[in-house]
Amino acid sequence: MTAETGLAALWLAAALAALQVLLAALALRRDDGDAAAAIRAVAIVQGALSAIAMGALIAAFLASDMSVALVAANSHSQKPWLYKFAGAWGNHEGSMLLWVTILGIAGAAVARFEHRLATRTLVATLGAQAVIALGFFAFLLFASNPFARLSPAPADGAGLNPLLQDPGLAFHPPTLYAGYVGLSVAFSFAVGALVTRDVGPAFARAMRPWVLGAWVFLTLGITAGSYWAYYELGWGGWWFWDPVENASLMPWLAATALLHSVTVLATRDGLRAWTVMLAVVAFSMSMIGTFLVRSGILTSVHAFAVDPTRGSFILALLVLYIGGALALFGARIGTVRQGKLFEPVSREGSLVANNLLLTVILGIVLIGTFYPIVAGAFGTQLSVGPPFFDKATGPIALILVAIMAAGPLMRWRRDDASEVLSRLFLPLAAALFAGAGVFVLGGAIGVLPLAGVALAAGLAVASVAPLAKRNLRRAPLHLWGMVVAHLGIAVSLAGMAISSAYTQETLVAVGIGQPARVGDFTVRLAGVRPVVGQNWSALEGRLEVTRGEDAEPFVLRPQVRYFTDPVTTTNESAIATRWDGQLYTVLGTLGDDGRWQLRLWWKPFVTLIWAGGALIAIGGVLSLVGHQWRRFRLGRRQEGFA
Amino acid sequence: MKRWVIWVPLLFFVLLAGVIAWGLYRPADRTVWSAMVGKPVPDFVLPAMIPGKPGVAGADFRQGKPRLLNVFASWCVPCVAEAPQLMALKAAGVPIDAVAIKDTPGAITDFLRRNGDPYARIGNDPHSRVQLALGSSGVPETFVVDGRGIIVKQHVGDIRADDVPELLQALAEAK
Repeated sequence: MTAETGLAALWLAAALAALQVLLAALALRRDDGDAAAAIRAVAIVQGALSAIAMGALIAAFLASDMSVALVAANSHSQKPWLYKFAGAWGNHEGSMLLWVTILGIAGAAVARFEHRLATRTLVATLGAQAVIALGFFAFLLFASNPFARLSPAPADGAGLNPLLQDPGLAFHPPTLYAGYVGLSVAFSFAVGALVTRDVGPAFARAMRPWVLGAWVFLTLGITAGSYWAYYELGWGGWWFWDPVENASLMPWLAATALLHSVTVLATRDGLRAWTVMLAVVAFSMSMIGTFLVRSGILTSVHAFAVDPTRGSFILALLVLYIGGALALFGARIGTVRQGKLFEPVSREGSLVANNLLLTVILGIVLIGTFYPIVAGAFGTQLSVGPPFFDKATGPIALILVAIMAAGPLMRWRRDDASEVLSRLFLPLAAALFAGAGVFVLGGAIGVLPLAGVALAAGLAVASVAPLAKRNLRRAPLHLWGMVVAHLGIAVSLAGMAISSAYTQETLVAVGIGQPARVGDFTVRLAGVRPVVGQNWSALEGRLEVTRGEDAEPFVLRPQVRYFTDPVTTTNESAIATRWDGQLYTVLGTLGDDGRWQLRLWWKPFVTLIWAGGALIAIGGVLSLVGHQWRRFRLGRRQEGFA
Repeated sequence: MKRWVIWVPLLFFVLLAGVIAWGLYRPADRTVWSAMVGKPVPDFVLPAMIPGKPGVAGADFRQGKPRLLNVFASWCVPCVAEAPQLMALKAAGVPIDAVAIKDTPGAITDFLRRNGDPYARIGNDPHSRVQLALGSSGVPETFVVDGRGIIVKQHVGDIRADDVPELLQALAEAK
């Protein structure tokens, strides 16, 4: 019954989405007040129904109901409950249902809580939201029904990709999807504002929390995904420019640009057309991201290959939404009045420069990701990898960081270049000092890592500068948010530059009892023994590690895991985290000569990369809370006066 | 801002959508082509697989005459299918060397007795090391190597009857 309940809820939700589109059209055409009032209720019920459908699917997975085809294909009765739970969205159909569920809940939240926007704009926004939802409902109901039954039901399921059997990854897709969907709400706001020709500060203030929220989720998702790839895949890298990684990076880049331009629109009434454009681009990138991952168009380590029917369905949605929005943009943006003007040397000017650089990086990543397909069209098989992306984006990213350090130290509207330079004295000194220090003490490293370290130091100083000469307890929370987020970028950048310059790697074959060295660590393979987990067996190496001469030894246990359903082998790395970096160990195969392959890395300060990511997300949360709190207090004060 | 600039994003997106649509419907060619085509055969020495037939080394391909290098295994079904074509090539006077992947002498002897033996040499590659060095991703695969040891052509999958003229042509051009 559970599956049928879910399917019924899905159909009802789809019907309500259709009704929501109709109501929006009515309300806009005839200025029908009743339709406008009804649309809020419809959106809330639609959100609740899609949540019920998702709940039903999770229940079917938890109960291991093998008569549901999706459960049989992706779950197994012997699987730990957490992965049964996560298995509900660790597959094509379930992840699309999760997408539409988050979309529905977000639409309900807009309907319930958004009270400051002009009614017509809100109605248009909810209408746009329902159009998006309707496409995804159609996709689920006609092309990939998650509740399809299987007869006869198999005795047991086919399992879940063991690579995905990891607590971090269980919650990775929901995090990213929350980000994607937050951008879809921003997109709906932009479409709503275009439809009612109401692009202004009020619209930007309504949109900002959604962009900020989406951006926080995307930041967390990318950071967690990077750390997952790092410790789970066993190759010791933290970013590979894989299409699926790019699929999450591209919306993040667009959202970062949007976040800054929406702030300019909300507080300074500038950058109107640009903000609307970025909202369309940001959502386009999340759709393209979903498409890249779900259509199987690009082969990747993640490869969830699916048939072309589904691919063409998503492509049709893509063309409809993005093409439609861009056409609307072209037709309407001319009627949007120009916002407030500003001088090139100003806070706005620096934000525009940063937005343009972010857009250029986005363009490079987009082109690099799709180039193999384009080249394929001309009969050449190739792949675009890290060497291209690193070289193409690295220098631009460093310029971006330099402008990012200067921006918050500039005044709004207009500023004086020589005064800005004098305010930048301390950050510049810090950058030169750090660069010179690394150059003298750290030996010859590449130009990019050296510039990275110097800029990270400069940015760190520049980031906290806006707090100088302020009463720290009185400084507004959203200012703290900016400071923390920018500091996070500096911390991440330092981690990337230092670890890429100073990582040491050893690949050796050792017999039992033999030592190997990496950095100042001595790693001795003390033994290899079999171990058994809930649904896997493994060979586990016992590595006795000492650092330096007389330090206390400690033990690391890397594993080679064997899964039977389906047959797969994974490498479970063992990592020792120290204050100044990580020792990363992987157990390889047993050679003919009785020696085991060991792969050892010493990665100085690599942890800063993810610590920085966490700081960036915390900064986003502070900023979000700060803006909302201020709005709440302003609202109370106005009520008091009334 | 000029009016037409506003339409550039839409134009760009339409192009992108076109490329995606093409990618979606193109014939699924997921073949992994070797990066080694146009480069010399790597230096390797493989011991003999079966008694009475020598092993294979990279140096064997620098003797001035073009040769075929066939990557195969007794456990591979398409290898059985391509065996008659290899015999035909041998009959046409083409020297063929082989690298046997993850195999045993007994199984290879059986395989050759049932399907014919077109090989001048067979090297034993139990861990696919030479296969990987050649940039080969599966069995069977066949490389055309010219007299200086340069790989001039890679054939992925079993050799069908209509592939034989093409291979003979490549060998003739490699002289």
